[in-house]
Amino acid sequence: MSDEPTPGAEPLREFLSESEELIEKLGRDLIALDQGLRREGAGEAGAGGVDPELLNDIFRGAHSLKGLSGMFGFKGLTTVSHNLENLLDALRLGRVALDAQVLDLLFAGLDLLGRQVRGVGEGGSEEGADLAEIEAFVARLNEAAGRPRTAATSAAAAGVDPAILAVLTEFEEHRLDENVRAGRGLYRARASFDLATFDQGLAELTGRLKKQGEVVTTLPGAAAAAPGRIEFDVVFATDRAEADLRAALAGLEAEVSPLVAAPSPAGRAEEAPQVPVAPQRPAPGPDADRAEPRPAAGAAQAAEEAESSLRSATQTVRVDIAKLDALMTIVGELVLDKTVIGGIAEEMRQAGGAPTLSGALAKATRSLGKKLAELQERVMEVRMVPLSQAFDKMARTVRKLSRDAGKEVDLVISGADTKLDKLIVEELVDPLMHIIRNAIDHGIETTDERVELGKPARGRIALRAFQKGNHVVIEVEDDGQGIDFDRVRSVAVARGLLEPDAPPLKPREAFDLLCTPGFTTRDTVTEISGRGVGMDAVRTAISQLSGALDLETTRGAGTKMIITLPMTLAIIQALVVATCGRTYAIPLSQVQENLMIAPGDIRTVERREVIQLRERTLPLARLERIFRLRPPDGWRPGGGRADGSLYVVVVGMGERSLGIVVDELLGQQDVVIKSVGELLRGVRGIAGAADLGNQQTVLVLDVGSLTDEAIALAAGRREVG
Amino acid sequence: MAYRILIAEDSPTMRSLLASTIEDVADAEIVETGTGFEALKVLPRHRFDLIITDINMPDINGLELVHFVKSNPEYQRIPLIIITTEGSSRDQERGLKLGADAYLVKPFRPEALQQTVARLLPREAR
Repeated sequence: MSDEPTPGAEPLREFLSESEELIEKLGRDLIALDQGLRREGAGEAGAGGVDPELLNDIFRGAHSLKGLSGMFGFKGLTTVSHNLENLLDALRLGRVALDAQVLDLLFAGLDLLGRQVRGVGEGGSEEGADLAEIEAFVARLNEAAGRPRTAATSAAAAGVDPAILAVLTEFEEHRLDENVRAGRGLYRARASFDLATFDQGLAELTGRLKKQGEVVTTLPGAAAAAPGRIEFDVVFATDRAEADLRAALAGLEAEVSPLVAAPSPAGRAEEAPQVPVAPQRPAPGPDADRAEPRPAAGAAQAAEEAESSLRSATQTVRVDIAKLDALMTIVGELVLDKTVIGGIAEEMRQAGGAPTLSGALAKATRSLGKKLAELQERVMEVRMVPLSQAFDKMARTVRKLSRDAGKEVDLVISGADTKLDKLIVEELVDPLMHIIRNAIDHGIETTDERVELGKPARGRIALRAFQKGNHVVIEVEDDGQGIDFDRVRSVAVARGLLEPDAPPLKPREAFDLLCTPGFTTRDTVTEISGRGVGMDAVRTAISQLSGALDLETTRGAGTKMIITLPMTLAIIQALVVATCGRTYAIPLSQVQENLMIAPGDIRTVERREVIQLRERTLPLARLERIFRLRPPDGWRPGGGRADGSLYVVVVGMGERSLGIVVDELLGQQDVVIKSVGELLRGVRGIAGAADLGNQQTVLVLDVGSLTDEAIALAAGRREVG
Repeated sequence: MAYRILIAEDSPTMRSLLASTIEDVADAEIVETGTGFEALKVLPRHRFDLIITDINMPDINGLELVHFVKSNPEYQRIPLIIITTEGSSRDQERGLKLGADAYLVKPFRPEALQQTVARLLPREAR
């Protein structure tokens, strides 16, 4: 429509990112509200139940979203957020009681908002929004919000100074009323602070007061108390005695007095005659222009600090992740250029032409390398975000899914402040969601079953994250029934994946079967897990992030899924190898060692090639076989060295080690990981593509899936053989 | 000389929208603050020609800021616009009673903001 504001691309991006943040925060707050409500329901001792401040925060979130979407002309979003805001307003003003149904409605509204914002993000407009759904939802909201309001204002009746009432928002006035109704005393604490640092002093004061009761509002005193200082009245309600309050504020220069009996609040302009102490500054006159910014004498320094602290408060910049990607690519290219220059220096040295020059060039290259490494680290740091961005979404998932499944499940989160690359955190949401679905659907028993088994009635899912060296480990552990390997085995046999006389499954084999596309032990497809994404999708997603997925399970006690991820994606150290005329990169973090072996060292055990490596037997993998490469004419394994020797790159960890046979080791270097593109997505054994710097793009081996494949192959052969 | 305008608004998107809308028509240096507290801190640092404040802010509410400005001899001459949302006539009334010079109701059209700003800025730039 022509009279609508038409947002440009940049404002739209800002809108999207702020809306997403608001929605995420709303989600967190609603979960907290849910927990408060449950504690209240459970009658837990000392539980405060629903926190009015939290409810007000939620209201403010919906309010902001409404204001924003209105400014951008998104009608559907405005309608939903506006009606949500109405309901929240009724809740915070006590006109509607908060219960589980209302909370469900709020969660549903949040889901709808999330989908609407994503829709805008994808299409740049609201086209395709489901208007019928929005209207139906709004009708439900209005029904909930439409109950009659309770008693009218009583704070005014109780004798609160109208000058204070005049500056209160409706919510603050309501809180004042509520506290009067509850028979609590209303007080104000007046304190004067240095203008530059008042927020810290005020935070201390407010923090202490909150322990005594409820802080209703904070009023800045209008008349200047003294140059460079500012006075505040903190209005609060409590059932403690005045003497206790003074004791609680010991050490702070705050003056407590009852609000109702007091003649007037601090420093109001109409009370100006009462405060003639402060030296009056000259009124702004014609000469004011030249005097600017003219802080009063003695306040100059404080004002200086005010300036700097203001700057720091507004110095955060929001950045589109695409811009960081671009920056990262440039850094990556610089790193590659450095490798090229280093190569030139080396060539010069070998040619022996100008030893001083080549030496200087090598030194300059090393110095450049150090700075580039630092630059790279800094850029990566910028991309790091806390895992809470993904974990918070899980709290909502658990709430919804457990309700749908009729089970009671608590989610316990730890390590949510662990940081990972933004891209990884984004890509983790779906796999985590699926693992949690599995835990709720297949793992955790119904309440009745749990009680019968002597387990706590409420199931528990622990979501943990912690850093381990250069990696981040994420664990999802449930206290459900664990995985029944016999059942996995019989399903596998029924589907022809195993021979009927196959031996009992080892944990790893069972896990591999669970990760087979389409594998399910469920007889019926449920709303929760049966959506066509299985563990195979989870494993693929994790391996595309260069991560590993493991499982530990105990019958009757629960299952733990362990995801190990690199902290950053974009640039990795790799070992570059060549075989069969092709070049590959192997992430150095996954390489244990390199061996040179003679063809005679290879033995064949159960039709598999292995070598003896110290105390253990190491299975070998030949890339030309796995990728079915057509060898160049006259090619022989080992690249045709006279003695037939071969290189073996030992990758993986412990039991899951594998020797990859290659012709040549070309060296270590930093490589920039590129997106693999649709063509290669899902190709087993390939994690992605990388640039080598000499305009050569190579494939990066996916060590995890290669080892899986080798192990699966071994298992299969054993049954046949 | 350019006008100097203070914007107190907790939504960064809204802040930059306000700032760019004003910059389109006025030569103005805009000081953005995300909270009422920040606004209290910057006020004594500069001579402002206009203040624009949101009502719903996390620390002190916009009404309290209006009261602070309009009852303080140092600042009361500065024109002040409050930004409210549909259905909050209570805040509009109170804001005006406390001395606000104008209010805008979200969602407003850019021209509405531009006209209000043009009306309230002093005729001659300093």
